[in-house]
Amino acid sequence: MLHAGIIGLGKMGLSHAAILNPHPDVELVGVCDTSSIVLEAFKKFSTIRVYDDYKKMIDTEKPDLLIVASPTKYHYEMVSYALDRGIHTFCEKPFSLTTREGRDLVNKAADKGVVNQVGFHNHFIGTFRELKRLLKAGILGELVHFTGEAYGPVVVREKGETWRSDPKEGGGCLFDYASHVINLIQEIIGLPVTASGSQLKKIYSKKVEDAVYSILTLDSGVTGVLSANWSDETYRKMSTSLMVMGKKGKIICDATELKIYLKEANERENLEKGWTIKYITDLAIPVNFYLRGEEYSAQIDHFIQCVLKNKQSEINSFAQALKTDETIDLIIEDSKR
Amino acid sequence: MEKVLFGDNQFFAVNHLSDEKSREQAIRFKDDASIIRVLDQAIETGINTFMCTTHDRIGNICNHLRANPDKYRNFKIYPCMPYAHKYANAVTELGIIGTVKQYVPGNIFSTFTKGGVAYLNKDFIKLMEIFVDAEMKMFKGIDTPVIFIQNVVVDLILGLGLNEVFKKYDAYIRKKYNAEPGYITMNLPALLDALNSVGIHNPIIASSINKIGFRMSGGKEVYERYLNEKTFRPIAMQVLAAGALRPKEAIEYLAGFPKIESVLFGASSKAHIQETRDLIMEYMG
Repeated sequence: MLHAGIIGLGKMGLSHAAILNPHPDVELVGVCDTSSIVLEAFKKFSTIRVYDDYKKMIDTEKPDLLIVASPTKYHYEMVSYALDRGIHTFCEKPFSLTTREGRDLVNKAADKGVVNQVGFHNHFIGTFRELKRLLKAGILGELVHFTGEAYGPVVVREKGETWRSDPKEGGGCLFDYASHVINLIQEIIGLPVTASGSQLKKIYSKKVEDAVYSILTLDSGVTGVLSANWSDETYRKMSTSLMVMGKKGKIICDATELKIYLKEANERENLEKGWTIKYITDLAIPVNFYLRGEEYSAQIDHFIQCVLKNKQSEINSFAQALKTDETIDLIIEDSKR
Repeated sequence: MEKVLFGDNQFFAVNHLSDEKSREQAIRFKDDASIIRVLDQAIETGINTFMCTTHDRIGNICNHLRANPDKYRNFKIYPCMPYAHKYANAVTELGIIGTVKQYVPGNIFSTFTKGGVAYLNKDFIKLMEIFVDAEMKMFKGIDTPVIFIQNVVVDLILGLGLNEVFKKYDAYIRKKYNAEPGYITMNLPALLDALNSVGIHNPIIASSINKIGFRMSGGKEVYERYLNEKTFRPIAMQVLAAGALRPKEAIEYLAGFPKIESVLFGASSKAHIQETRDLIMEYMG
């Protein structure tokens, strides 16, 4: 039985706690937060021990694995503290505020030989996984263009401020929304190496951008468009999608379906000429406990399986998250030009 | 409960199979009148229960029901609370306290002059009751014999192991609203065990039940065993597995479990509503 701790009980931290707690290989021994509204519920109704000091939780409980779901500005010190003690660590996205800190954590995790993972959960959605497989199999031939998009209704009017409204604390659409798209592009299509025409636009927020637009060039030379806007209330919830165009056809992919258009049939993949639609009902990863989407349970289970085998995974490592942060830097720099 | 319950996903752009279809729905049901038209069609086919989330727009539908008491005399609503995205988006933006401030009517923090937030911190259950009352406000004067908590909240509480909260919710719904508490979940077996463990017996539970095991966490087999062996009042939902199943084969599968009391489904056209309703009555009625 692995002992687990969680730092930060916001939306993601609570969700992780609810997924970890029933996991058959894990005992959730401690949770840590500074806001007492949630801690009181734990104290009253659960046996999980509650802390308001993460160092104390780590030193007392000595967990085998830790989930860090605090605001981004605390990631560096908290993850560092855990890595120094050889604790396998799952960190929420965005990974770090500066690439210097991120690089430091990547090196430290490698030195200590601990399992590390970042919460880019889209990689555990069956449709995106299938898109990656199909592109790897080369069904679109030489790639010519892509778009990566994320839209949703987070900030839809001018009002209140939280840590998300401070650009120094990792708030803003670039870190929160666009990071997901950049990470998908990087892992599924190719690594962005330059950004041009980048726009960080304020719509309702005073200090941070509500929309991000940029043209990315990948290491393969392929170019495409990144477009993210968290002030779009025509979406009921965050909606992320990729379109990839190649010389042999095109694929449009989101969390619910994969639309494939091929100029000629592909027999190996059993895909007809023209349109083929694949649905999430056929591609979803089965889970033992469901909360908000299979991907959230699947990513935590993946982390736990890696810890059990003491083997670093190729999916969502710190090193990959650092690459995403580096692309974020490219876009910020370009937007100042 | 009636055999057929009419759902509301189609009205609020919830489509588990296609974001594109959900946008089409958002356009089609832009006006409340278009929702009411489909509800009336459902009533014409003999459906008298509307199971709906506490979306802001349901408030408008409730106004219409209250304004036409004769027409909707036998019509019941099973509210499902909360409309989670409203809160989830707010928590991302405003934090938990900020969300409480925004959605609880009146200034909650001046209501509890003694310590304000601190008071609530010490009384999580009171906070739950305040939220239930806030969500139930729109249904005043409407027959709501069963009141559900949505799966995202049920499964969060379940996962965190805060099972006593279910007991408090159960007691509050019975006492304050003289209604039966209901639970929506994506984790039926685990939830039933948890409810039983705090002394809630024979609960009403709505969960995905379909031939292909879609959103049946832990697998179809354990669900089927619970449907055959355990004591509870199941409502089947996602019976078409987000459209992956044809209605006939979907309902035939459900008919194999006589314990299922009701089937929840949503549709936008009268022909579809009629077809599904007739199938349910034919195989399960």
